[in-house]
Amino acid sequence: MDASTPLATAERPRRASRVRSGRRIADRVLILASTFATLLGIVVLGSILLMLIVEGVKGFTPALLTEPTPGPGSVGGGIANAILGSLVMTFIGIVIATPIGLMAGTFLAEYGRTSKIADIIRFLNDVLLSAPSILIGLFVYTLMVRPMGTYSGWAGAVALAIIATPVIVRTTEDMLRLVPSQMREAGAALGAPRSLVIRAITWRAASAGVVTGIILALARIAGETAPLLFTALNNNSWFNANLLGGVPNLPVMIYQFALSPYPNWQSLAWAGALLITVTILALSVVARLVIKDQRAR
Amino acid sequence: MSASPAIRSQFEGRSPADVKAPVRIACKDLNFYYGSFHGLKDINLDFRDRQVTALIGPSGCGKSTLLRTFNRIYSLYPEQRAEGEILLDGQNVLDPKIDLNELRSRVGMVFQKPTPFPMSIYDNVAFGLRLYEKLPKAELDVRVEESLRKAALWDEVKDKLKQSGTGLSGGQQQRLCIARTVAQRPEVILFDEPTSALDPISTGRIEELIEQLRTEFTIVIVTHNMQQAARISQFTAFMYLGELIEFDATTKIFMNPAKRQTQDYITGRFG
Repeated sequence: MDASTPLATAERPRRASRVRSGRRIADRVLILASTFATLLGIVVLGSILLMLIVEGVKGFTPALLTEPTPGPGSVGGGIANAILGSLVMTFIGIVIATPIGLMAGTFLAEYGRTSKIADIIRFLNDVLLSAPSILIGLFVYTLMVRPMGTYSGWAGAVALAIIATPVIVRTTEDMLRLVPSQMREAGAALGAPRSLVIRAITWRAASAGVVTGIILALARIAGETAPLLFTALNNNSWFNANLLGGVPNLPVMIYQFALSPYPNWQSLAWAGALLITVTILALSVVARLVIKDQRAR
Repeated sequence: MSASPAIRSQFEGRSPADVKAPVRIACKDLNFYYGSFHGLKDINLDFRDRQVTALIGPSGCGKSTLLRTFNRIYSLYPEQRAEGEILLDGQNVLDPKIDLNELRSRVGMVFQKPTPFPMSIYDNVAFGLRLYEKLPKAELDVRVEESLRKAALWDEVKDKLKQSGTGLSGGQQQRLCIARTVAQRPEVILFDEPTSALDPISTGRIEELIEQLRTEFTIVIVTHNMQQAARISQFTAFMYLGELIEFDATTKIFMNPAKRQTQDYITGRFG
């Protein structure tokens, strides 16, 4: 440093402190406010989770996973029928949604791109993405339950598929758009037809992201209640193999049991809620790991 | 306008331009449009067999645009179109009836950034081979090895052919892309600034490789590096604002250009 440095530092603090004191206060206030907001969020979330774990663990018995839901006012029983019903409907739902979502996402990213029709589809997909899920339940009720004359697991699965599809469309499109266009050009430059470039190159390059989208869609529909109220409803015993009639499932079971006056049912609802939360958490963690793995490569 | 001894020495021992070599690609009154923007203006230019032709000029002059017309890769983008004629062995590649995939198997392309596909090294090279030829496994193995040898990559990857092509270094990835292109046994190979994303050592290897490939293929290379054009090409075309300013043997362009603009560009006065 040169000789002028001591002078400069001696002179600066007075002028600077006036400017800075105002800023320092603003800085402190902002830090305090954002810390408080963060804490508020964490405390709310934490207390929900804590309550869920404390109450849910109480209901965890070996019977929970083996026995079907008990009748009103009875003792014991489990939620095995609801777990199985949820698994079956979620599985069918994702099996329906995945090919549709994959194809539509591919159309938007590869074929449609900036065309008018793609813009319209993209807009409608965004609308569907944020549509109230009870509306989707009512839609499928009119479409399937009324004509068939019965609630069914099929109707439930279709309602879940309608919720999962826009999620998959969106993530598939986003992930395919991340693949550099030079990759497509390189494929085309070798004389590969477009369909092959998409299947062998761009899908492969985007695979981890696309799989993540499917897992996130799975997590989303695993906890949906509203679309099932009008479609699969519920059932306090095992369901028919043909999925006709009410099919028990975790979200509606939790909804009905939690509102009931019977402590046994309430306890089963807590256990079911914990189970579903842990499942969704696990799915989200897996989705993150897949993304991380993709980035590392 | 005479060249300094330093420039002159660059060309000593170099393979001279063969002006009698047959014409492989002939552009006739070629015009190109990006929407309403006129990207190439009345280009008339011949590319000779088994010669390296360099396209030079400042950014945006149309050299990459010109390159991208030869395999019609621009047609991936609907707003881009070309008019005029590009004759590849006498056949007009701009003819809408031409089979694009067949054209592209005859005119290979290597890009600025290495573009290995997300698959094994072996599958990368075999990708183009599997498209139109149903080769038995043993023969496919032979062709893959032959291509990797031609791209001077075989010794580095022969023990890890099943590993992902994306795991190689940048220079290796670019040679993998060259191997992939060579595997199809094209007639012409287009290079679009193939070394601008690479370090000097990798660049040197690619340049040597291009010199070797010239014995089998007609090569067109876009480069913004004038020394590179001087080092590896027999012919050089200087372009500016979508027009072909001057085209001649590389030694002539660099030592005694006919046009003032060419002289200014190669001496670094603009660009």
